[in-house]
This record gives sequence, C-alpha cells and structure tokens, in this order.
Amino acid sequence: MADLFDGYPLGQQWDEMFSAPAQPRPPYTGLFSSLQPMSGEELAARADVLSQTYRDAGVTFAHAGEEQPFPLDIVPRVIGHEEWSLIERGVKQRVHALEAFLADVYGAGQVFADRVVPRGVVTTSAHFHRAAHGLVPPNGVRVHVSGIDLVRDEAGDFRVLEDNLRSPSGVSYVITNRAAMSQVLPELFGDHRVQPVSDYPSRLLAALKASAPTGIADPTVVLLTPGVYNSAYFEHALLARQMGVELVEGRDLVCSGGQVSMRTTDGQQRVDVIYRRIDDDFLDPVHFRSDSVIGCAGVLNAARAGRVTIANAVGNGVADDKLLFTWVPDLIRYYLAEEPVLANADTYRLDEPDTVEWVLSSLDQLVLKPVDGSGGKGIVIGPRADQRTLEELAVKVRASPRDWIAQKPIGLSTSPTLINGRIAPRHVDLRPFAVNDGNDVWVLPGGLTRVALPEGELVVNSSQGGGSKDTWVITPPRPAAEPVPEQDVTRIEFTTADLPAEPPAQDPGPGNDNALAQSQQQQQQNAKMAILAPPGESAAGTQPRQNGHFGEEGAPC
Amino acid sequence: MLSRIAESLFWIGRYVERADDTARILDVHTQRLVEDPWIDEQRACANLLALMGSPCPENEADTERVLATLAFDRSSPSSITGALSAARENARGAREVLSAEIWESLNVTHNALPQQRTMARRYGPHSLFRFVRERSAMVFGLADATMSRDESWLFLILGRSLERVDMTARMLSTRVLAGDAAPSWTLVLRSTGAYEPYLRTYRGAVNSSRAAEFLLLDRLFPRSVFAALEQAEGCLAELERANVREGHRIGVAGEAHRIVGRARTMLEFMQTDEILARLPTRLDELQRTCSLASEAVTNRFFTEQAPQIWVPEGVG
Repeated sequence: MADLFDGYPLGQQWDEMFSAPAQPRPPYTGLFSSLQPMSGEELAARADVLSQTYRDAGVTFAHAGEEQPFPLDIVPRVIGHEEWSLIERGVKQRVHALEAFLADVYGAGQVFADRVVPRGVVTTSAHFHRAAHGLVPPNGVRVHVSGIDLVRDEAGDFRVLEDNLRSPSGVSYVITNRAAMSQVLPELFGDHRVQPVSDYPSRLLAALKASAPTGIADPTVVLLTPGVYNSAYFEHALLARQMGVELVEGRDLVCSGGQVSMRTTDGQQRVDVIYRRIDDDFLDPVHFRSDSVIGCAGVLNAARAGRVTIANAVGNGVADDKLLFTWVPDLIRYYLAEEPVLANADTYRLDEPDTVEWVLSSLDQLVLKPVDGSGGKGIVIGPRADQRTLEELAVKVRASPRDWIAQKPIGLSTSPTLINGRIAPRHVDLRPFAVNDGNDVWVLPGGLTRVALPEGELVVNSSQGGGSKDTWVITPPRPAAEPVPEQDVTRIEFTTADLPAEPPAQDPGPGNDNALAQSQQQQQQNAKMAILAPPGESAAGTQPRQNGHFGEEGAPC
Repeated sequence: MLSRIAESLFWIGRYVERADDTARILDVHTQRLVEDPWIDEQRACANLLALMGSPCPENEADTERVLATLAFDRSSPSSITGALSAARENARGAREVLSAEIWESLNVTHNALPQQRTMARRYGPHSLFRFVRERSAMVFGLADATMSRDESWLFLILGRSLERVDMTARMLSTRVLAGDAAPSWTLVLRSTGAYEPYLRTYRGAVNSSRAAEFLLLDRLFPRSVFAALEQAEGCLAELERANVREGHRIGVAGEAHRIVGRARTMLEFMQTDEILARLPTRLDELQRTCSLASEAVTNRFFTEQAPQIWVPEGVG
C-alpha cells in the first residue's frame, strides 16, 4: 500500500509541511503520522463526505454570479505556537498603527505635517472621503474588523501582502471549516491541541457593542448586507445568526431625524450600531453614489451626529490602499516607535520617473497590481503573462502610474493538498482576522488559509475560485503556574462532586405485558393450526403467522 | 422582527404546505388514473388543472401535462418544484432567523429536486411525491422542535394554516364541481391525508355528507378547514396582542383577524345542513377568504403603511 505522502514533490518554494522528503516540520509531526498510513482513496472518500456536508449546509461563495460550494481541502494547515505568537504580535501592531493613521487622516493630519506620508497619497485615493473628516467614532475605533493577508516567502518568513480594513470576508469559512473537519476527521483532533475559533462571533459582537454611541445601555446591533446575491452573503447570514443580531438590507432601514431605525412588524425600532458589509460607495446615496439602491439614505449624517456607529468606519479605504501599503512600516515607526514585526512584501511605488521606467522595462519579471483593486482583479503576474497583456499593461501604467504598484514575485509557500485522490503541493496564503474592541486587538487564532487549486497558480483569492484549508494553531500544554483567571460571577460552575451519588434512573415506561399475550396468542394459533392441519403434518412445518386473521369466530363480538 | 423576514417566514410556511398538499393530490390522481378502469383521463386531468388554478383546454389535458404543470414547472410557484425552490429562496434571505437545521433541510430538498425529477421520469412519479411529503414533514417537524414560539414561529404557522384552508377547500371543490368525472369521496379523503382518521372517527362507510363535514368542520383533524382556520386565527390573535390595548373594547385589532374569524364563525355556528346545501358557494368564499386574509396580513405586517380602512361607497 502506497503511503499517502510518498512521492510528494518539493519545489523551490518553502513547503508548509515538509523540510525534506518525508521529514515533516515539528508542528506537523502528529498530522503526518496520522495521515501517512491512510490511502489516497480513503482520504478522498472522507473529502467527499466533507464536500457533501458543505453542499447540504449551503456553505457557498457566489462566484461569477453563481452560487458555488466553497472548496475545503481535507489536509489542514498547522501553525506552531511560536510562529503564531509572532503573527499575532505583527497583526496587532499593524492594526494599532493603521488605527492611529486613520485617526490622523480624518483629524489633525500630523502625519502629513511631519512629512512621513505625502498628503497627495491620501487625497488622490479613491477611498478618501471628505464626508468622514471630523467624524470621531465613540470609542475611537475605526477598524473594528481587519484581515491582514500574509504569505510565506522562500526563506520561510511571513510577509504582509496587503491589509484589508474595509470589510474583509472569509471569517465564516474559518468557523465552518473547523466544524466540518472535526466531523470528518475527529481522530486528528484527539491528537492535537488546536485553539478553538468558535468564539469569533461573540468577540465581534462585544466589539460592536463597545463601539455604540455613548449613553446607550443595551445597544441594538445590526448587520447590513447588500442582499442574497452578494458573493459573501453566506458569511453575512452566518455571522448575524451566530451573533443573534438582525441581518438587514438597505430597504429595511429608514433614517429620519438623524436616527436610523429598522422596519419591523412592531413598527420602527432604533438601531445603534451598523456592522455594514456594503462598500462606502453604496452605503449612503446622499453622500456617495446617488444611484445606490442597497444603501440607506442619511446614515452618514446620523453617524456624524453621533446617533449611530458605522463599523467599519467610512473612509478606511485610504489605509488599505496598495500605494499607502508601502508606507506602513514607516507608519509603525512613526506612531508606535517600534520596528515592524512582520515585513512587507517588496513593493515599488511608481512615484519617481526612474522607477516607472525601470518597472516598464522589467514588466515581465514583476507583479503589477492596481492600487484600488480587490479580490485579485486586474493583477498581472509578469513572468506568466503573454506579450499582448504586457503591452496593454504598459500603456495603462504609463497613463496613470499612481494607479499601480509593482512587487517582486514571491514564491508562495506550498502545502500538501488533495487533488484528484493524490496529495500534491499547492500555493497557500494566510488571512488572520483581528477584532478591535477599543481596549485590545484580538487576533482569531488561525485565520483563513486560502489555497490556489490549479497547479502552479499564485492568485489564491476566493473570488478567483480558490479553496481553503482549516488552519490550526497548536497551543502548548498549559503551564503549571497559570495565573488564576478573574472570578466571573455570571458563570456557575460545578464539579462532579456536586452530582448526586445515585442519579435517578430514567422512567422505564409501562410494563411490557406483551410477552404473555404473545405466547398465548401463539398458543391459540398453534391449537388452531393443529386442528386445521391434517394429522401427521406438524404445525412447525408452516411457521404460524403471529397476527393471522383466521379463526375470527374465536374473537369476542 | 424585521418585516422582510416575517414575510419570508409566512411564505415559507405557505410554499412548503402547498408542495405537500399538491404532492398528496397528484399522488392520488396518478394512482386513480392507473387503477380506475372507467376513468376519462382527459376530463379528470382538465378538472384537476382547472381546480389548481392553471386551466387548459380539455383536449390537451393529459397526465403528462398535469405533471409538467403541477410537479415540474420550475417557474411557477403553484408547482411542487417551483414552490420548494421559492421556499428555499425565501429561507436563504432569512437564514439568520430560521434554525440552521430548517435551512439545511430546505436546501437539501432543493438540491435533490433535479435527481428526483429524473427518478420520477424513469420509475413513475410516486417516489417524488413521497419525497416531497417526507421533506415537508421534516421542515415543519424541525420548526416544531427547534423554533421558539415567537413571532417567527407564528408567521410560519400562519402561512401554513392559510394555505391549508385554501388547498383543502380546493380539494373539496373537485368533488363538488366535477360531476361524474369527480374522484370518489374516498379519494378526496385520501388526497388530504384524511382517509384513515375519517375511518377511525366514523367507523367505515364513506358517506358523502359525512366526508364533506369531516374535511370542512372537524375540530380535531388538523387538516380540516375549520381546524386550519382556528389555528390561523390563534396566530393572528397572538401577533396582534401587542396592539390590543386597554380601551380597545370593540372587535379585533386587525383586518386579517376579522376576515379569518368571520369565516371560522360561519363554519362553527351555521347548521351543517345549511353549509352543505350551498357547498360550492361556501368553498368559493373560503378560497376568497384566504387570499383576502393573506393580503390583509401583507398590508398589516409586511409593508410600512398605516392599516387601510375601507369605506363602502354610496352609503346613505
């Protein structure tokens, strides 16, 4: 029997699981020893169950207008404890710096006065909204939820590829992936101590409640979705359900007198916090696109009046602009006086004519990205592009260099993935999610690992039909001298000592008298058979039917 | 709860019940075509189509047409496939309110429809009808077991009850209006799932006025028109409870409640002979009651409008 990972090819890139053929890296040793004895067919059979689970539950991603199941690969990705704590620190640091930057951009503008970032970078961004200027969020948080995209380069170091501070999607798949995996491969979880991901919705709800306008005791939170045809609708519904909040569409909201309400069967009900998954442009036809039919007119004015909180804040797009990205390490130094924990991917701005010329002459060796694109749209990977694409690209770049950045291609790390019943290396990235509640930035352990399913494909975005992997962060055993957690008075705890010595037995139900009746019925039956059957032929030869209906004359009338 | 969600729940209730009832009716109909040697197939099919609200000329009506229209037409919400797809589409927009299990059950049903259709083509439609009955039982069973008895539940059950009134009334009218092409009372009872309860209640012998009485007026059989009306009325009373304030001493709070209550009272307090004597008119009224009540519910709960008050013209 061929073992599962035999013949697994290792390429130039860093492989997540193997340092050398059949040599798993330390976090993967348990997984390797559990999976190695399995055959490809067995794993494939389990993968079928996995995808059936997803189809039944309607875990979908709308791709090109069609609802499709989101492919989940059966081999999990594992991140060791030390490595994870580095990622966690790096993500927190980045979110803190970007929060400070956004507060500055829509406030005093000190960062421009100190000449850290040219003002022009922000004002030319399509996502800079003057309407958000001076809008101070109640608890100072603008980036309630963020997703920081990381990749691992050839040397095995994590690098930041981009920040997502508007409405990063994918967290629902982290939650559903874990639930589905633990159903299909429960034995793996027995051998590992995997940090749970299921408390994300409650963390998010707490952060949203914390951001409510001041003076509201029990804020009403809603999740604003563009509707069922949005590609991430599944996620919106899942988060709303797990947070226990209303999932509203623009037409459910009404804004009058500076107050946002939702239309309910009991009339209008006040809304305090809107976790919106609608882009700025469509959010409020009064300020942004006037033809938007999925937004709510007047919501931004209500937010400016301090009557409602919009999360994530309007105008966050300036801080996840791909051009500004190149300044983020400087921003970390400027605001936090720290060195960046996670380095950026090498990126070139096209702000100097020399750089533009150099980039134009080496388009075939670079990755060019439009600065305001998302979802992998418009990206040109030089080494893989044909001549015509490159020529068209050169025209576009020359026309408006501000719209593009150039990156050296990173040999994304690979991870073993089940493809057609065999394990093969596929490129992966990682999107950790961070929730900021104003006191602390919490990073969901693991995040979404996206995997590019076509061989050699480097764009892993889910909008490009990529799949995902369950991502495990292994925790070390609890240290012996762990500080006692704070007493939580709302929690009631019992130990087994509190149980009664002899728990009451379950009610048995009425006594079963059938045995007697059955034997008598059979007896009667046998007697009749004996009469009916000619002598010499035993009744045992023809098994009597228990509920036979002959012999009606014996029944009481 | 959100008006939009309430509307979705109401229609999920209606669509699933519609699929269930249609499957029962078609099951009996196709079986009858096979078993009854004297049946005029064209007429029976034309009658059934007319009754279900999609009439077609008698010379074109056949079983093929009946199944295409009432079972497989994906675009029409009166067919089984269409109703189940519409229920699933509504559930998709209300996913955060429905329990995950109900959603999953509707989604699985929807996903299995193409395969069921192929099976039905190959081995006869009975398996499809059974599948639909089982799935709708599952949806309502899960709702029963996993939903809080709050507004969401009330709207779901309200939708189901109104649809049931309508469908049972339609079934009764086949018998009453179709003359000699009409199915026997036994078949009518069977296609509303009432045959066995009827036999146990009246101990054998299917008799026409008793059967009509049973389907129309029985208090204890849940698919009778009376029981369904009573349930709808209960839901409406509960939904309106917040609106019944002190000083509200006359009548009921909502138009829908009034309409449903009046129909129920008519059945309850009129003499049985009197009802049966003018049965066709009564059945027609009942079907009208359902669409009026549905409209009133829409106006009251699903749209942001002040309740409308109708004043008859030319008084005085």
